[in-house]
Amino acid sequence: MSTAYRTSDSVATAPVLDVTDLSVTFRTESGPVSAVDSVSLTLAPGEIVGIVGESGCGKSVTAMSLVGLLPGSARITGSVLLEGKELIGAKPAALRAARGRDIAYIFQEPMSSLNPVLTVGRQITEVLQVHERLSRRAARERAVELLGLVGIPSPRERVRHYPHQLSGGMRQRVMIAMAVACRPKVLVADEPTTALDVTVQAGILDVLRGLRDRLGTSILIITHDLGVMADVADRVVVMYAGRVVERAGIEELFLRPQHHYTAGLLAAAPTPGRHAGSHRLQEIPGLVPVLSEQPDACTFAERCEAASATCRSSAPALEPVALGATGAQGPHLVACWHPRGDAPPPARKVTS
Amino acid sequence: MTTVEQTDDTGVSPEATPEREVVLELDDLVMHFGQVRAVDGVSLSIRRGQVTALVGESGSGKSTVGRCIVRLVEPTAGTVRLAGHDVTHLSRRELRPHRRDVAIVFQDPAGSLDPRMLVGEIVAEPLRLQAGRLSRRERAERVADGLRRVGLRPEVARRYPHELSGGQRQRVSLARALMSAPKLLVADEPTSALDVSVQAAVLNLLADLQRDIGFACLFITHDLAAVEYLADDIAVMYLGQLAEQGSREEIFARPRHPYTQALLAAAPIADPVRQRSRVPVLLGDDLPSAMDPPPGCRFHTRCPVAVARCSEEVPALRLVGGGARVACHLVAQDGTGPDVRTDAPSTTGHPA
Repeated sequence: MSTAYRTSDSVATAPVLDVTDLSVTFRTESGPVSAVDSVSLTLAPGEIVGIVGESGCGKSVTAMSLVGLLPGSARITGSVLLEGKELIGAKPAALRAARGRDIAYIFQEPMSSLNPVLTVGRQITEVLQVHERLSRRAARERAVELLGLVGIPSPRERVRHYPHQLSGGMRQRVMIAMAVACRPKVLVADEPTTALDVTVQAGILDVLRGLRDRLGTSILIITHDLGVMADVADRVVVMYAGRVVERAGIEELFLRPQHHYTAGLLAAAPTPGRHAGSHRLQEIPGLVPVLSEQPDACTFAERCEAASATCRSSAPALEPVALGATGAQGPHLVACWHPRGDAPPPARKVTS
Repeated sequence: MTTVEQTDDTGVSPEATPEREVVLELDDLVMHFGQVRAVDGVSLSIRRGQVTALVGESGSGKSTVGRCIVRLVEPTAGTVRLAGHDVTHLSRRELRPHRRDVAIVFQDPAGSLDPRMLVGEIVAEPLRLQAGRLSRRERAERVADGLRRVGLRPEVARRYPHELSGGQRQRVSLARALMSAPKLLVADEPTSALDVSVQAAVLNLLADLQRDIGFACLFITHDLAAVEYLADDIAVMYLGQLAEQGSREEIFARPRHPYTQALLAAAPIADPVRQRSRVPVLLGDDLPSAMDPPPGCRFHTRCPVAVARCSEEVPALRLVGGGARVACHLVAQDGTGPDVRTDAPSTTGHPA
C-alpha cells in the first residue's frame, strides 16, 4: 500500500532520502516494544520535512534508525535509500562512510554530544580529516569557514575554545558546523532547539534555513513544537504511537488537518490573542500507548472522539485525502477511517 | 496588614473585595551567589487573584526570584513581603507560620516528588503545617479532595510517583502545593517539560483553579504563548533586572522595550502563513555573564537600536504612557519609541 503514493510524493525529482515500511522493535525485559511501524516518507533535494508528535510517538527512533544509531536490542526492517543506496542492513564500514559524509545528525543537547576535552576546532577538523582527507592546516581553515557559515562571530578565535566556554546556542551552532562539514545531502535534526531559549532558537532555525538555501541540504527536522514546524518545514509527517497518521504540505496541514490527532495537537497549543478568561485549550485525554505489537486497529481510537467500531477492529491505511487540490507541496495523506474532511480548523472551546 | 483570610479551599470571590490585598511585595530584591549577580534589584507586587508572569531567557534570574520568594534561599538585600509579613531574613523556625502562605510547583515533577513516598503521603505533607491535629480519616478526606480538585481519582493516593505519567505527576505537585490553601502559588516553568496536549491540560487546570480559589500566582516561564493564555500581568526580566512590566494586553499589543519586542518576535507562531510573513529579529546568542553585567543598560550589547547613552547610563524602570513600566532610554514619556521588529535590520550574529 505504501508504494501507491510513494512515487507521486512531492516534487518530480528523485528523493534524496526514501524510507519505505520502516519498522523498529526493541527487545526489553518486559517483552518486545514496537516503536516504529511501517513508516514511509521521502525527502526531496533541498526540502525541509518535519516529523511531529508527542514523546513516545517514535519520531526520534525513526530518525536514529536512519543513521544506524539504535542499540543492538533494536530490530529494524524495511528500507532506507539514501541516494539509491540501501542503509538498512548495510555493512558497518559502509554505514560509517555514509554517516557524516552523506547523512549527518544533530542532537537536542549539544553539550552531551560535544567532547568536553577537545577544542571545537579540533572536533570539526576531525570530521574533515577522516572523510575528506584534508591536511591539518586545510581542515583548520575549513573549520573557521564553517563556524562563520553557522553564524558564530569571530570564528578564528572560537575554534580554539572548548565547549564549556560557549553558550548553549553557540554549542548547537558548533554541532551544526560539524554536521555539515562534509556537505551531507541529508541533515537529520532531532529537536535541535528544544533546549534553547526562543531568541536563540530563532537564530538556529535561521541557520538551518540558510544551509538549505545556500548548500541545498535536505533537512529532516524532528520537533514537538508546532511553532518551529510552522516556521521552517515544507512538509510535515505526523506520527502517533509509531505510525505515520498524516502527511501533508505545511500550509495544508495547518489549514485542513484530517486526522483527529493532528487537529487535537493544533488546538492544544496556545495561540496569540487567546486568554483563559475567554478560551480553553483543547486537551487530548489519555496517553500515547506503549505497544508490544502493532494492533490491527487505529492506535488513536482510544483517545479519539470520532472513533467507531471500525477504528477498533481494523488499521486505516495512509491514503490520499479525497478533497481539494493537491498543492505544490505534494499530496495530503491520512490514516483515518473518519477523516475530518472540510471541517474548519479546530476551534478552541469557549468557556461560558 | 491584618487582612483576615479564609484558610479553607472555598475562598472568597476575588471580586468581593474592591481593593484586593497585596499578597506579594518584592522591594529592590537582590540575590548574589558569590560573584554571580543573579537578581539585581527587582521590585514587584502581586495582588490576590492576580496572575503575574515573570518571563525571560535562561540565566535572566527569573527562577532565582521564585526561590527567594519561597525562601529556598535567603536574599542578599531588599525585602520579600508575603501577605504583609517581611520574610526576607526569617530563620527556618520563624518562617514556619508563613510557609502555608506560599507554595511552589517546579518544572520537573519527577524531580520534586519523593519517589519513596506514596502520592497520598506527598499530598498530605503540607497538612503537618496546619494547626490542630487531623484524624487519619480527616487527612484521607483532605487528600482525596485535593486530588479530585486537580482532576485525579482519589485512588491515585495509593500509587508511587513513578507509576504516573508526567502530566499526572504535575497534577500531584499542584495538589500538594494547594493543600495548605496558599495565598500565593509560585509556578516555575510548570508546563515546560510536558507534551503539547498534556501542557494544555495543565494550563487549563491552573486557570480553573486560579479562578475558583483565587490565589495569586507568579508564573515563571519562557513560553510566551502560555503567558498570553494565563497571565494578567507580565514582568520581563533580563540579566537580573526588570526590563518592562505591564498588563498582558499592553505588553502583547504595545511592547516598549526592545528586548520585549525581540522576545515576542522570536517566539514562533503555530501558523505557517503568519509565521513566515514575520520579519525575524535576531539578537545573537550570548546573554552576557551575570558575573560581569554590561554597564549602562544591560541589554545594550544585544540591542539592535542601542545608542551611546545606553552603554553609559543605567535606565530607570519608569512609568510611561499606557500604564507600562519600561527601563529604556529610547522610550519617550508618552510611551513611544523604536520597534526593533520594524525599525532595525536583523543582522546581529547572523552570517552575511
